[in-house]
Amino acid sequence: MNLDELHALAARERERQAAFKHRVIVCSGTACHAAGSDQIVEQLETAAKARGLDSRCEIKRGGCRGLCAAGPMVTVDPANVLYQGVTPDDADAILSHLDTAPVERLRCDTTQAFFTRQKHVVLELEGRTDPERIEDYIAAGGFETFIHTVTERTPAEVIEIIRQSGLAGRGGAGYSTGLKWSTVAKAVAPRKFVICNGDEGDPGAFMDRSVMEDYPYRVIEGMLIAAYAVGANEGFLYVRAEYPLAVKRLKHAIRQAEKHGLLGMSLCGTPFSFKLDVRLGAGAFVCGEETALIASIEGKRGTPRPRPPYPAESGLWGFPTLINNVETIANVVPILREGSEWFTRIGTERSKGTKVFALSGRIKNTGLIEVPMGITLREIIFDIGGGIPDGKRFKAVQTGGPSGGCIPEASLDIPVDYVSLAQVGSIMGSGGMIVMDETSCMVDVAKYFMEFCMAESCGKCIPCRVGTAQMYRLLDKITRGEGELSDLDLLEELCDTVKHTSLCGLGQAAPNPLSSTLKYFRDEYVAHIVDRVCPAGVCPALTQKEAAR
Amino acid sequence: MSRVLTLKINGEEMTGRERETILEVAQEHNIPIPRLCQLDGLSTVGACRLCLVEVAGAPKLLPACTTYVTEGMEINTNSERLQNYRRMIIEMLFTEGNHICSVCVSNGHCELQSLAMKIGIDHIHLPYLYPKRGVDASHERFAFDANRCVLCTRCVRVCDEIEGAHTWDVSGRGIESRVITDLNQPWGEAESCTSCGKCVQACPTGALFIKGSAVGEMTKRSEFLSLIAQRREDNRR
Repeated sequence: MNLDELHALAARERERQAAFKHRVIVCSGTACHAAGSDQIVEQLETAAKARGLDSRCEIKRGGCRGLCAAGPMVTVDPANVLYQGVTPDDADAILSHLDTAPVERLRCDTTQAFFTRQKHVVLELEGRTDPERIEDYIAAGGFETFIHTVTERTPAEVIEIIRQSGLAGRGGAGYSTGLKWSTVAKAVAPRKFVICNGDEGDPGAFMDRSVMEDYPYRVIEGMLIAAYAVGANEGFLYVRAEYPLAVKRLKHAIRQAEKHGLLGMSLCGTPFSFKLDVRLGAGAFVCGEETALIASIEGKRGTPRPRPPYPAESGLWGFPTLINNVETIANVVPILREGSEWFTRIGTERSKGTKVFALSGRIKNTGLIEVPMGITLREIIFDIGGGIPDGKRFKAVQTGGPSGGCIPEASLDIPVDYVSLAQVGSIMGSGGMIVMDETSCMVDVAKYFMEFCMAESCGKCIPCRVGTAQMYRLLDKITRGEGELSDLDLLEELCDTVKHTSLCGLGQAAPNPLSSTLKYFRDEYVAHIVDRVCPAGVCPALTQKEAAR
Repeated sequence: MSRVLTLKINGEEMTGRERETILEVAQEHNIPIPRLCQLDGLSTVGACRLCLVEVAGAPKLLPACTTYVTEGMEINTNSERLQNYRRMIIEMLFTEGNHICSVCVSNGHCELQSLAMKIGIDHIHLPYLYPKRGVDASHERFAFDANRCVLCTRCVRVCDEIEGAHTWDVSGRGIESRVITDLNQPWGEAESCTSCGKCVQACPTGALFIKGSAVGEMTKRSEFLSLIAQRREDNRR
């Protein structure tokens, strides 16, 4: 497909859409889907037919609007009205108010901080495109950036734009994307691969899931540009099998892109070819680590291997391989379209752009947010997140899942960037953000994450295999009320060894939840050990004793 | 021909070749670096983490067995920090299995035991995990005592890379990992096994042994592996 054909297709789709006076978009993201958005669509369709509105009003499924706590969400365009907590019974009310003032009782205030404080780059389509129709994405300007790139820019120019943008890996480690691309581009090999890492497995993280489910075409377009830049002709989307909707939509999107000549041989009249396929992860957390992920695609046991050599030099089947996280890939199109300078204006000196976070736990506005780098944790939790419900007190925020740490109230004013979060003993991570209030026991939280790491350790290297089991046992002992003060020294010693001697990132980061809680909430550990009391009243063995006293 | 490089190990200047690992250069110069998963003649996996060394300028500790030397590299193989980590890792191994030297066929000839002695471990300060593990004595000539297994995967690699049978592999994950024969059948029923016994000779502990050995009788020879590997390499040239 060339640019003219793309524009013609976009024009046809826009014309089709213009025939409708109204568009009712029902969120089909995971949270809204679980809250019954399918029934809402059915009810809306039936009601529209009954009212004879079906030729004037288009009813379609869209993507996530972010405020999952208030779902299911329904958007009415072009009036730009957002409804929250919609039930199938509300269909009639919504349709009858299309030409008049919106239904007040369902209306979601889009002037609240949750919406106004965000900055959308990755989520710029605002959930308004149908994830299962390529025409809708093309009408919204989709694939135009790719065609411009592949026909007008050299691979070296593309890499330079990405490098200058300062984009860093959104999977957690924050490695410069431009540098990674140029390493793969410079490798000389008969075959090269691009892999998109969609093996998001942190408890409390659902950013990549949303991006893959809502914007599968955006991911494909980003991968196309990445492949063109590094000189790869084959790619894989590695998605965990626990995301069936993402898998279904990506597969569907690949088929549609192939049909429209946007994937395959000699794309857009150039010699560039790209073949893309989906590979499913079998549920191992460690397969999010790039070398383990490669082993998994190769059909081997998913275990990491020491780096160097890095995948950029020797990756899939020994060929140079570019591995980028879903969110990193999703940033590519806006950067190429708007230019690197535009991107560097968002964020801080050291961390550019935005970051998508999945807010969960004890927070009012649970959901998906995208904020500029450099915003403070306090702004995220108390302004955008709306603070802690039920009048409870904030205790800690956990970022980065089992690889991250728990950040206390005193550090809430640090800016969200790679360096600052590392300084307080956590990591940016892939974007999970779990908020905890006074009802959470920090020893129990550390135990939960350690149990996760113990279960997800691949067993290859000794420090991670045995160290996580040792730390879990000691934490379990403390929560059972059998801990001794010397256990804390032993835990610290284990944290240090496992962190510095483990083979891959899983082991190296596994002690983070434990060491950060030991640092900031040591008094809770001491209370468990010396007073035999769980201050938050969570650990059963220590709350019953308290009651008996 | 590969380029000759100069580097420093523990402050001493020495030479190495491009594509030689830190461990190979150290071995040539009689600098001891402890290791358990590495065995001359087999591929390296960097799993036991005992051969970790400090390299000037590297933010992380690097495994000597998989890291190639570079020009001007400065390596420290035996700092106090490294000794502490090695001690901890060996202690972890002792707590993970059920290692009772006094009744073991490999007592006195065990690599785990001699590593512990070299490092000066006289007691274990981590709690023992006392796992329930079994013994597979179904093979006609050999036996496998999982209690003594340190999961170095030498048996897996020697069987795959030298014998070409791939009878051994790893099942399970994390602390539940085990080496298994074929599709987790008893060893005696594993059809791919050629009964060559290379795995027994490669095993660093008394986990794999020849039936009929009494306490301390199981001595192992693994030198032949590097000879086989070397001759195969020569033939290929």
